Amino acid sequence: QLDRGCALHTAARAGLSSVSSQDVPAQGPRAVFHTSESDPAKHTEQHEGRLYNIPLEEVKAVFPHGLPHRFQQQIQTFNEARVMVRKPALELLAYLKGSNLAHPAVRYVIYGERGTGKTMTLCHVVHYCWRQGWLVLHIPDAHLWVKNCKELLQSSYKKDRLDQPLQASVWLKNFKSSNERFLQEIKTQRKYMWGKQESTEEGRPLGEVVEQGLARVRSASDAVGVVLRELRQQSHRGSFRLLVAVDGVNALWGRTTLRKEDKSPVSPEELTLVHNLRKMVRNDWSGGAIVTTLSQTGSLFKPSSAYTPQELLGKEGFDALDPFVPIPVSNYSPREFESCYGYYLERKWLQHEKAHTEDGKAELQFLSGSNPRQLDRLAGPL
Amino acid sequence: TLRLICTTTAVQRKNVGASGPEKYTEAFIKKQIEEFNLGKRHLANMMGEDPETFTQEDIDRAIAYLFPSGLFDKQARPMMKHPTEVFPEQRKIQWGEDGRPFHFLFYTGKQSYYSLMHETYEKLLNVQKHQDQLIAQDLPLQKEKRNLAGSRWLTKIELEEMLLEKVSDDDYSRFIQLLQKLAALPCADIEEKYILKFSKEVPVQLQKVVIEPLQYDERGVAFSTGEGKRKTASATAVVYDNGTGKITVNGIDILHYFPVLQDREQLLFPFQFLGRIGKHDMVCTVSGGGRSAQAGAIRLASAKALRSFVTEKEVEFMRQAGLLTVDPRVKERKKPGQEGPRRKFTWKKR
Repeated sequence: QLDRGCALHTAARAGLSSVSSQDVPAQGPRAVFHTSESDPAKHTEQHEGRLYNIPLEEVKAVFPHGLPHRFQQQIQTFNEARVMVRKPALELLAYLKGSNLAHPAVRYVIYGERGTGKTMTLCHVVHYCWRQGWLVLHIPDAHLWVKNCKELLQSSYKKDRLDQPLQASVWLKNFKSSNERFLQEIKTQRKYMWGKQESTEEGRPLGEVVEQGLARVRSASDAVGVVLRELRQQSHRGSFRLLVAVDGVNALWGRTTLRKEDKSPVSPEELTLVHNLRKMVRNDWSGGAIVTTLSQTGSLFKPSSAYTPQELLGKEGFDALDPFVPIPVSNYSPREFESCYGYYLERKWLQHEKAHTEDGKAELQFLSGSNPRQLDRLAGPL
Repeated sequence: TLRLICTTTAVQRKNVGASGPEKYTEAFIKKQIEEFNLGKRHLANMMGEDPETFTQEDIDRAIAYLFPSGLFDKQARPMMKHPTEVFPEQRKIQWGEDGRPFHFLFYTGKQSYYSLMHETYEKLLNVQKHQDQLIAQDLPLQKEKRNLAGSRWLTKIELEEMLLEKVSDDDYSRFIQLLQKLAALPCADIEEKYILKFSKEVPVQLQKVVIEPLQYDERGVAFSTGEGKRKTASATAVVYDNGTGKITVNGIDILHYFPVLQDREQLLFPFQFLGRIGKHDMVCTVSGGGRSAQAGAIRLASAKALRSFVTEKEVEFMRQAGLLTVDPRVKERKKPGQEGPRRKFTWKKR
């Protein structure tokens, strides 16, 4: 099995020693499962099922807040970030490469069962866009904005909307750390008033708006709104390309668990952040792309077996997002499973003696059903 | 001393015949028999059947029909049986009108036991004499050896029933030793009939379970079915050959039907035991019970289905691993005066 793998993938090997030689058996398996290609732009079907490395500095720069929690723990344990190249991601990258930026932004919805790798696909795409120099607007989990919010302020901008200062400031901080240089280049097109005294003049860099939002936490949500609007209006000029990456987009149209002070439930439109994000996700601007994921795990009031766009978005959301390009993500194919298993073995994550055998591998495949999340959880205690 | 290794339920019954002096006189028993026969004819008339050919089974059925009872214990329900089955065998009075006992060993106290020992010893001497004769004539001694493997000696209780008097452990062991000595002699074939009176066939323990052959469906793929039960859940499984290890339960994938790892491990067990994890596909239907019970039922069903794909030796291994036995544990009944099946109410001192 290993020989077959070696024969097929000799072409992609750059720096490692030749695979066919028997005197370096420890390097052989490594070559099959890994790619030294760390630029997502160059990933093709040849690299499918293989893991590529993202240097740790890039991880800190690109993903201050985007990666799933368990993956972050894995990065800490293994001291490297390895992401698997999978077919849905390759599909998306192909679309992005071929998309015409003069047209209105195309919407892509990544959907699939629980734990099949939607967020990781999104992160892969985000990394690619960052490498290409796009401005990445990454919202790690829209569900965080519609539940468990401790502070709700009434918006000063519009009377019936509610602000969420904490979440907005957290997001602004992360946004700033990932897109520093853009914030200096992009200039505001209008004057904005923050309360009675502070204001931002026209022509100032966007960085100032962000600083304002971080300094005055009360107006953080409005700052977010301003940032989004500016980016939307300026992206069609072509000086930068905008990628809107939203994880858990079905939160924007569902229900919330938040309540106003008179115990009446809050609907998503009443939240400033959600309102602005909805405007962002509409495809009335050009010069970029919108990539979203549906997520059942954080969603509220939805059955656990729902995973299609229709079920999770509801009628409202579906109409709002329509038309979009659906991208299904499924469980690991046998090849992907083998490469993931090989990676765990190689990093000595699987310590159990039986895990090294063929039977152990078959057992893992059976018990996890080739579901990436299940496999990760199974391999944990082993 | 001999130890009883296996006891059957028949053996555990009390021996009533050897308990005490006669309770029912002979005339009484005769009258009972007459009444029984009359009653049988009446019953046959009532049921509209022929009185001549009315068997005991017909009697049982008629009584169950005429006197329906909801009692759980079968022996508590109304029954009509021949008096010899109802009244236990009694020892008849063993002395005549003048007080003189009939048997010459009466004053030993255990007359039937000692007479039996005397008889057996007589047979032993007979056999030894015959053996000496054969040696004198230089004829071969061995004829066919009787197979002692499938038979066992009478148990103590059965011996007591036969002799209608109490037999102590020591006496019983001495009798069995004598019998074994007799049976061990090469020319014991002469007295075989006598020895057979005291030996019983051991019922065949291993019932041969028929393994169904593989069936083939339209595509030519071999498959086999199996059924399993566990604690109110019943499952049927169809295992197909040449598969990828995909399993569907009630039309749903096992990852979705059994989110808990423990249930999936239960399903994995038969395949892992045989080393055939990725080779078979399975489609099962299950109903009843809870999460764990359904998993156990499917496990049993799949193990039974896999028997057809596998050699006999592996079937034996599976049986020893406990994959093919039905789990007899069910929920125990709650008793009155207690909170649950075992838990008692909180004890308060006052």
